[in-house]
Parts: sequence; structure tokens; C-alpha cells
Amino acid sequence: MFNNKKILLFLIALLIQNISKAELTIRITQGVGKLTPVAIVPFGYDESSANLSKEITEIISNDLLRSGRFSSTPIENMLQKPTTGAEIDFDDWSILGVEAVVVGKITKGRNNSFNIQFQLFDIFKREQIVGYRLPANESTLRRSAHRIADMVFEELTGIRGVFDTKVAYVRSNVSRDRSSYALVVSDSDGENEQIILESKDPIMSPSWSPDSRLLSYVSFEGNMSSIFVQNLRTGNRRKISELPGINGSPAFSPDGRQLVLTLGGSDGNLDIHILDIASRKLKRLTYNRAIDTEATWAPNGEEIYFTSDRGGSPQIYKMKVNADRATRVTFEGSYNARPRLSPDGNKLAMVHQYRGDYRIAILDIKEENFLILSSGKQDESPSFAPNSDTLIYATKLRGNGVLETVTADGLVRQRMAPKLGDIREPVWSPFLKL
Amino acid sequence: MNRFKWLTVSTLIFFVSGCTLYSGAGPAGSSSMSSADGNDPSSYGMGTDGDDSMERIGDDSFAEPLDTIIYFDFDRSDLRLEYDDLVSAYAQRLNANTLATVRLEGHADERGSREYNIGLGERRAQAVRRAMMLNGVSANQITTVSYGEERPMAFGSNESSYQQNRRVEIVVIN
Repeated sequence: MFNNKKILLFLIALLIQNISKAELTIRITQGVGKLTPVAIVPFGYDESSANLSKEITEIISNDLLRSGRFSSTPIENMLQKPTTGAEIDFDDWSILGVEAVVVGKITKGRNNSFNIQFQLFDIFKREQIVGYRLPANESTLRRSAHRIADMVFEELTGIRGVFDTKVAYVRSNVSRDRSSYALVVSDSDGENEQIILESKDPIMSPSWSPDSRLLSYVSFEGNMSSIFVQNLRTGNRRKISELPGINGSPAFSPDGRQLVLTLGGSDGNLDIHILDIASRKLKRLTYNRAIDTEATWAPNGEEIYFTSDRGGSPQIYKMKVNADRATRVTFEGSYNARPRLSPDGNKLAMVHQYRGDYRIAILDIKEENFLILSSGKQDESPSFAPNSDTLIYATKLRGNGVLETVTADGLVRQRMAPKLGDIREPVWSPFLKL
Repeated sequence: MNRFKWLTVSTLIFFVSGCTLYSGAGPAGSSSMSSADGNDPSSYGMGTDGDDSMERIGDDSFAEPLDTIIYFDFDRSDLRLEYDDLVSAYAQRLNANTLATVRLEGHADERGSREYNIGLGERRAQAVRRAMMLNGVSANQITTVSYGEERPMAFGSNESSYQQNRRVEIVVIN
């Protein structure tokens, strides 16, 4: 004899489980998992370097906290403030539940320079994990602090840190009567902004060269679109494409010698081309009547991924650089655009339309998992950090453009502090050379 | 003898005063007078006196301003029928003055990806360009540029703003 009620409950449970399974691939994850408790003890200083110590300690602390993987001990809770490993009393830290401690100090060097030394200790094992002394001065201070944060991060997570990297983005100030645009480069934490280009005409699509020395971008000066390459150190810039019609969407190749770009010609048929920077030779890749644009390189330099609406609405396609046939890559939903591959080649980020909203989504190329990472209405321009672990993208906060970061697994999402102006099109730099 | 002298002198006086009179009041337009203070001569034209000369009148049809914006439906780049007359009017002027050029600036609303929206704006500019060429305008009188979503006219995130932004602006360059 069957118990109808039990069967009904069983069927309902099955149904609920199936519904949540179907939702799993597109649910936005927000939980953070376990945070590793660390302590960053204020760095020691001599009479001349008190504020330097404060700045370095803050940068390291903020970097680690911003990664969303750590909790840090408030200074007022610290039972001791060692500046070297020898001074550490491990019991004082295990009482607080702290798993790792960073201690350090600043000492005077020659002329106006100084030395920053730091040590990272494992409280449970009661031993040093890593320790270094770096020479630094006022102008290299921020970078040195970021590099220390990177080393601590990598030792504790196994993932290479990206605190010592840069971000480029476009800022606009537009109203009915006037408009100004700027191309800006800042530290990965949004600090230390430097204006690369200022214009009354729109600027778009910045792209880093692999050695981080150049930025390529589109400028609308002179009532037309053209592509420039600019040296970040000197500020010198070269116009590299100004053919009739559209010149757009430049992206450096992994070896830095080529740019893939979009040309429209006089008849406005957007297609992908590859430009050899030294010889200025152009090679055309697509011959489609559709809009083909937003091309990007695979890290192996052999394939291009791009947006095409040849199928009726924008989807992402890929093709080999030396071939002429493209294959479609995205099959979720009716709008997928602006592809960007992770530097390790495993993941593809894109702009994906989800129930009328435009969101950042990520496709695992091997596993074919599809995950929506963001939750706004107008999210766009995803860009991977060089460690392939985190992405930055643009979204809107009360109508104004701001930047957010999210880890590739969707678990940690952070908003970068809003700045003046409307910020868009962030691009994460490669790892910087020293 | 006295009478003869008197006649000569009076005739001389008469003539001298007569000359003086005349030199001060030459006819207007006389070209070889020297004025009392020594300036360069000024010349004056004589104007026309005949009725069989014709005066050229410039083309004043450009004086009447035409609408400069064409709007588009969502996700469309085909021209609505209501703009046929406007395109014709521009074509007429461009055909009449082959030195004039026009720049068609295409735009899109803010939704979706930026460089793809450059493509949408360009499609719209091209639609207007083709319509003008069908009306006889030559290709070298038309340039296009697309600003995609980068130069909005309206700044809201609603259909009314989107509608104002899906447009082509026509800029005549003489």
C-alpha cells in the first residue's frame, strides 16, 4: 500500500532539486567561504620614517583585505607589536586565532632612500614562510608595498598576487553643452591616477602591450575614429590606423608585434584585420557582411576570438589567424559579445544578456561551464588580471559608471571606490616589469 | 591806350577768377583733382547706365534650414518612410552644389557592448548614405563616422532616452 503523501513529498523534493540544479549554472554566487585570519603588524620605523611606515602598513593591509580572502586583526587587539621575527611571541597570536603574521620595519638607506624589510610567519608551525629586504624611496614606496602584499598573498594562497599591477580606463564628463574625456592609468587599488590623454572627443578601447610600456586606443579627434599607440613613459603617440570609415577595437598580440583591429571602410562593413606594427601591413581576417568586431587574441597567439552578428544577433566566434573559417563559441542566450580570454587560456569572459540585463559571464573553455559573475543592468568591458584569478569590469551605480572586481569563480565581488566622472572600459595591465 | 590796357587787365582778371572758380568745383567723379592737403587720389566708379546688363543672384535655397537628425527603431538600421522627403531635400542640395559634402554621424543607445554599438551606429549612417546615393548623390560627397553610444543626446536609462540616442546626425560641410 502506497503512502500517497510520502510519494507526493518525494516528487516535490525531486522537482525542487531539479529546479535548483538548472539554476546552478546561472546563479550569481556571493558567498566568500572561510577567510584566513592574518595580522599585519605596523611596520617599525626610525625618527624620519614614521609616516612611511604608516603608508606601507596600510597599503599591504588594504591589498590583502581587498582580495576578499583574509580577515585582519585590528591594531588595538594586538597583544604585541614585533617588527622582527625574533620578537614574535607565538602564543600572543595563537590566542587571537591568527594563522599568519606579517612583521617588518623601515631603516634608513643611502641619500634619500631607505630599506623595507618584512617577514611572514606561520603561527601554527612557528616558523618563517618568507622574508625580504627591499631598497626603496619616496617614488617607489607604493610599488614596494604592493610587491610585499603580492609575496604574502602568493605564499598564503598559492596564487600569484596582482597588487603590483596597473589598470587603464576611460573617464568621461559629458553634459549637454560640453564634453571631456580622459585616458587614465592607476594602481590596481585605484590610487595614483595618471592622465595619459585628455580630449574633448571620445576615447575608447584601451589595450596594453605585453611589456606594459604601450597603450593602444581609439580616438575620435578630428571627427573620425583612428587608432593610436602611445608610449606611457614618454607620452609620445603615433597614429597607426586612419583608414576611411571606422578604425576600432585594437588589441595587442601576445608578442606585441601586431594589433588585431576592426576596419569599416567607406561602405561601413566592419571586419577584423591584423596590422603588423612595424611594417604597417594589413591582413584581412573576415569578409562577412555582418558586424565583426571586438577581436582579442588567444594567449598562444594562434587564434582570434571576436564578436559577430552573422547569425542574427551578437555571439562570440573564434578563428585561427591563418585560416578563413570561424566557429561559434557561445550558445547561451541571444547576446554574447566583447570576448576576453584569461591569460592562462582556460576561461572566456564576455558581456551576456540575461533577462534584459547586460552582465559579465564566464565560460570555462574545457569544462564548458557557464557562470554569470555580475548582477547589474549595464555591466560591460570585462578584463582579466594577469593571474587569471580576478576580473575587473564596468558597471553603473545610480547612473554613473564605476568599476568592480570579481574573482573568476564568482565568490568575491568588490566595488572600487567611486571616483569623479563616469568611468568605463577598464583594462588590467600584464605583470609589470621591475 | 588806357582803354586798351583796361580791357586787357579786366579780361585777364576775368579769366583768372574764372579758373579759380572752376578748379574748386570739378564735377563729381572727375579723376584728376588734387585736394588742398596733398592726399593720394581716390577713384570712383561710374556705375552702369545701361539696362541690358544682368545681375547674378546667388543660390539662397540653403537659407532654409533642414532637420538634421534621423531617428531609428530599436535594433533597426533601416530608414523609416517618414524620412524619404528629408533625404530627397538633402540630395537636391548636394546635387546642385557638387563641392558641398555631408558627414553622417551614426549613434546607438547605451545597451550592450561599446564597440559592437559602434557597428550599429555605422549601419545607421550607411543606411542614410545609401538613401542619398539612390537619390543621385555621389559617394565622394558623403563621409560617415559612428560614435556608437559615446555621444548620447539623452542621459537616462529608459526607452525615451534610448530612442533619442538611436539616430544619425547630418552635418553639411560647404
